[in-house]
This record gives sequence, structure tokens and C-alpha cells, in this order.
Amino acid sequence: MSLHSAGWREVSRAAPVFAALGDETRLALVAQLSSEGPLSITRLTAGSAVTRQAITKHLSVLATAGLVSDVWRGRERIWELEPEQMKAARTYLEHVSKRWDEALDRLKKFVEE
Amino acid sequence: MKLHNATDRIEKEIVLRAPRSRVWRALANAEEFGAWFGMKLEGTFAPGGRVHGQITLPGHGQVTIEMAIEQMDPESRMSYRWHPYAVESSVDYSSEPTTLVEFQLEEVAEGTRLTVVESGFDRIPLARRAEALRMNDAGWAEELENIARHVAS
Repeated sequence: MSLHSAGWREVSRAAPVFAALGDETRLALVAQLSSEGPLSITRLTAGSAVTRQAITKHLSVLATAGLVSDVWRGRERIWELEPEQMKAARTYLEHVSKRWDEALDRLKKFVEE
Repeated sequence: MKLHNATDRIEKEIVLRAPRSRVWRALANAEEFGAWFGMKLEGTFAPGGRVHGQITLPGHGQVTIEMAIEQMDPESRMSYRWHPYAVESSVDYSSEPTTLVEFQLEEVAEGTRLTVVESGFDRIPLARRAEALRMNDAGWAEELENIARHVAS
């Protein structure tokens, strides 16, 4: 396949997302932001064996992938999930899930006939 | 990982009032699989083999399917990989990640319990997932138009 084909461009563009979700620490950060909402770097580092500096680095990888973003609140930098990205992922799964429900209904009729 | 599971995998379970051998045939025979799934498939399912086909469900346009068969364990398990989103004929998807679909059969009093797990969605670019949704919306709009035309004529 040519390196310049549309498929390859998609893969290159999505590469940060692959990398972002492929790391246990980053996955844990995304999970924490998902269940607890926006958090400061202090809260994200608390209870973790990973240094604040390392966490910041992981967060910037997630930000490059478009999965999280940061805002300054007073003197604190707050990190949050990019809801649009996560919403798209969930809506997509709901859609695939519905398609399986429909397919299994057809299978039921097919084998019970 | 709660979030990971929330966007990475789908799990379904259904009890079918049919013997395990019957359910297995509906899965293992490519022609039968296509009949209930809504695909026209060419070839035979065998571990390591590939089966190609077209989606025949309304509203899908010209969608090409390629299934890479992994496991065929008679009357017990079947698994394959594919690209789960709507496919544009102009785009080469061969280098993109696939999802894994696993069927598991189990004999129960009422007949056969079938479990389906599809996993690996988080490896698929978010942009691609969003695009599949848009294309699906377009597919539905097209289908509604077809119905409207059919009713009006």
C-alpha cells in the first residue's frame, strides 16, 4: 500500500490515539477523569507511584491525541476529558450493539424455524 | 478499566430454541451465516482463511466485508476478525486494526445459549468511528427516502 493513500493518512492521524490508549498509566488517567470528572494534577498524582512530572507528560500525550484538555483555574491546572471524543466512541458502540441485537434476532428466527 | 470496557467491547447473550448442531451450522456455513446476518458471502469458513462478501441489508450501499477466520471449534467456538465499520470502496483499510468477534455455544435445557463478544474497538481511530456513525445516518436517510418513494408510487 502506498504511504500516501487515504488509509495511511488516517492511521498516521490516529496514531496518538493508539499510543494514548495503549499505555496502562494513561488508560488509568482517562478512567479516573471519566469516573471523577475534571481533576487537578495534584489529585491525579495522589496515590500514584508515578511522579508528577511523568503524569504531566502522560497527560500531554493524551492532549495531543485529543482525548483530554486542560484549563487554568486560579493557580491550578485542571485536566478533563474531551467529551466529544468520548461521546463519539460510546455512541459508536451503542450503534454496533444495536446492529448485533438485530442480527441475533434474525439468527433466532433462522434457527427456530 | 471501566471506561476501557465501556468503549472497547460488546457482549451479547441469547438462548436459541434449537439444538447446538443447528446453531453451529448457521454460524459455520458461510451461506447460512450470510442469510441471517444480511451478507452475500463467498467461500468457506476455515481457520486462517478469508471470506469476502457484500452487505445485503437495506441502507448500506456497496459495503464490502472481509472476514479473517481464526478459530473453528465444531459446536463450541468460532472466531474471526473484521473491520466493523462501514467501508468506503475508495479507501484501503487493510492496514487498519480489526475487531475480534467470538461466538461461544453452550447446551442448555431450552436449547442453545449463544454468547457473542466483539472487542478491540478502542484500537480503531476515533475519527473512523465518528465517520461510521455519519455514514450510518446517511444510510438511514437514504432508506427512509426509498420507503417514501415506494409508498408514494
